[in-house]
Amino acid sequence: MDGGADRTARRRARAVAETLARRLGGGCVLTDPEALRPYECDGLSAYRALPAAVVLPRSREEVREVVRACAEAGVPLVPRGAGTSLSGGAVPHPEGIVLSLARMNRVLEVDVRNRVARVEPGVRNLAVTEAAAPYGLYYAPDPSSQVTCTIGGNVAENAGGVHCLKYGLTVHNVVGVEMVTVEGEFVRLGGVAPDAPGYDLLALLIGSEGMLGVVTEATVRLLPRPVCARVLLAAFDDIPTAGEAVSRIIAAGIIPGGLEMMDGPAIRAAEDFVHAGYPVDAAAILLCELDGTPEEVEEDIGRVRAILEDCGAREVRLARDERERALFWSGRKNAFPAVGRISPDYYCMDGTIPRRALARVLEGIARLSEAYGLAVVNVFHAGDGNLHPLILYDANRPGELERTEELGLRILELCVEAGGTITGEHGVGLEKLPAMCVQFTREEIAQFHAVKEAFDPGRILNPDKAIPTLARCAELGGMHVRGGRLPFPDLERF
Amino acid sequence: MAADRSAEIAERVREAAARGTPLIPQGGGTKAFLGEAVAGEPLPLAGHEGIVGYEPTELVITARAGTPLAEVEAALAAQGQMLGFEPPRLGAASTLGGVVAAGLSGPRRPWAGALRDFVLGVRLVNGRGEVLRFGGQVMKNVAGYDLSRLMAGAQGTLGVLLEVSLRVVPRPVREQTRVLALDAAGALERLAGLARRPLPLAGACHVAGRLHLRLAGAAAGVEAAAAEVGGEVMGEAEAAAFWDGVRDLAHPFFRDGEGALWRIALPPAAPPLPLAGEWLLDWGGGQRFLRSAEPAGRIREVAAAAGGHATRLSGPAAGVTVFHPLPEPILRLHRRLKAALDPHGILNPGRLYPGL
Repeated sequence: MDGGADRTARRRARAVAETLARRLGGGCVLTDPEALRPYECDGLSAYRALPAAVVLPRSREEVREVVRACAEAGVPLVPRGAGTSLSGGAVPHPEGIVLSLARMNRVLEVDVRNRVARVEPGVRNLAVTEAAAPYGLYYAPDPSSQVTCTIGGNVAENAGGVHCLKYGLTVHNVVGVEMVTVEGEFVRLGGVAPDAPGYDLLALLIGSEGMLGVVTEATVRLLPRPVCARVLLAAFDDIPTAGEAVSRIIAAGIIPGGLEMMDGPAIRAAEDFVHAGYPVDAAAILLCELDGTPEEVEEDIGRVRAILEDCGAREVRLARDERERALFWSGRKNAFPAVGRISPDYYCMDGTIPRRALARVLEGIARLSEAYGLAVVNVFHAGDGNLHPLILYDANRPGELERTEELGLRILELCVEAGGTITGEHGVGLEKLPAMCVQFTREEIAQFHAVKEAFDPGRILNPDKAIPTLARCAELGGMHVRGGRLPFPDLERF
Repeated sequence: MAADRSAEIAERVREAAARGTPLIPQGGGTKAFLGEAVAGEPLPLAGHEGIVGYEPTELVITARAGTPLAEVEAALAAQGQMLGFEPPRLGAASTLGGVVAAGLSGPRRPWAGALRDFVLGVRLVNGRGEVLRFGGQVMKNVAGYDLSRLMAGAQGTLGVLLEVSLRVVPRPVREQTRVLALDAAGALERLAGLARRPLPLAGACHVAGRLHLRLAGAAAGVEAAAAEVGGEVMGEAEAAAFWDGVRDLAHPFFRDGEGALWRIALPPAAPPLPLAGEWLLDWGGGQRFLRSAEPAGRIREVAAAAGGHATRLSGPAAGVTVFHPLPEPILRLHRRLKAALDPHGILNPGRLYPGL
């Protein structure tokens, strides 16, 4: 990608960087190739590009200055938090500038009476909870990367986590932002007062992958920390029964704080890694966490246990104390690195399906896995139907990565056919541009482009991410089930 | 009769786009007061109705926009579920599409979430007459820009809603309302203190010198919380009538009294505002209704100074807009977004602000 960059365009970006270095001070602008290297990819290292420069502003005014300079010169600008995106959302533009918000990491205010915190975009997710902890409050969305990832990045990706089913995504927990428009103006969307007048631009901004504006401040909702949380572990001899148990818990009117499932291969990989005491011969385990007041939790544990036993769980364990609760979760939380130990490489998918389709989709994935000769391990948020099939492969074997990507796209097609979506929480980024053409029609994609145009007519904010060009969809159309020019035309489709 | 009129509605919009004729999408017409007057041809959605998908274990209901709200609520109640944001029922004719377009939420909103928080997906006709689907029927979905939540409160100015998928929640096992005798300032003070406690609150409304606290959830949790908040227990029937009255703007406060009716949204802990009139405080202080003869300009000034905004619920008056004016840079984004979805400007133009 780097070598193919248009030299004139790259020189233009360098000129903007030099101007910014004069205005903001040299320490704020990186142009040395070695200094740029750490920014060439995000959490999805398969996609890389060296930007022309990286700018690290220290204040909202400096952010505005960067946006203005890039907009005036027509230089692509890629905002970046901690770079933990798993879909290539923060991959630099080779002819553009990366705007790192890492230095804007102050918690500006914890407003206990209104139960909100005002933070700069570079504040880490967990740091918000740490700042709120002395008041008995916390910030609910807890993506796996919460130790590192930033609130600005969470806003861009509409990040979720284990607690989503009960406490919602970023969109439910960020009440306001201040952003810089591409015209270089500060605007405030939402706010502490509910239901800001006009269109809900805040809802539109959240999850827009840095393409509509640059966030300079976020106001997040804080919740009182639940007094009590306890977790049940249930083992099942087959996956459909475990899926049935999930549905019955929810039908009973119980919304667990977390409801997670792992299949047999995931259980064994995790057990080998963290020794959580999981039943390694089970076909599936469910982890069900209940939180609230001690009285509520007590009541719900009794009800959930009865449902699990009635569904035919062959074993139900209640974590006795905090230590055991952490142990039960450790396997789930370390499932990805655990899988990393049993395979040279793995590719993590991120589709969501209606829960009722769980058994059918997992069966479909198993059949595809066999047909492609690539093992798939399943770890997922059962409560909200967000699957994370991990495709195991070896990048050193010629053609295996391509087959893996092909299998990944097939899995996402299964999700869409089941009434689901191609990404539940990781975003589209660069990675899922082809899958977008599976989920959306030409008209819908054209509508997305029109919305982008309304905010960013010059298309300088994180260009070419998240929304594929129509030409690209037309090209990829040939790759899809409907096109009939598949590399594996004999495969069964379901 | 339940029927799918999507194709016909889309055709109607295409025609209007070709002619440049403004259209006014109409559900049950119960919220006509909540916006500016619009000149145009009515586009009735009556008959475009029916619940097209409801699986209680999925916590999602999908229905056509013209479906009566009452029908949706009855279907949910039969399965022990409900709309968590408790939309105001402003009349029997109220439709699901109208509820989403108006974007109003009831007393449970600060704890359960607003209407837009429950919108999972929509099917709509944009101003070009194209039928588009955004979002879906699953909780977690970050594919593409979230144009479905954008429809909440857009009052049909960005698209004609055809179908809506909403997340639903279980009805609480137990509810109890406690009443504390406090003045407005005392109530706000008490609420700010309670905000840090993990209580199963589902309503906090102050009117006529009394703070009403609704607790909802597991039976044991409600009992424990009730002991903590104190006050008098309100009888079940009386409590249900009270919360319905607040939710549906049918409490005597809304029906009787002098002056125009205003809705002022504020940071919940904001102190009582220096505006003369009668007050009803809902949402733990985040939504305050005011009956007042004070000039609109002053009401908006005071609300804005306190970090909020004011909507006139008595309909438009000479020289007074229904909705709080927007700052120029935001209004510009609104206009361009409107043009992106409705390039011919035919969908309910001017309903929210001039040019939208």
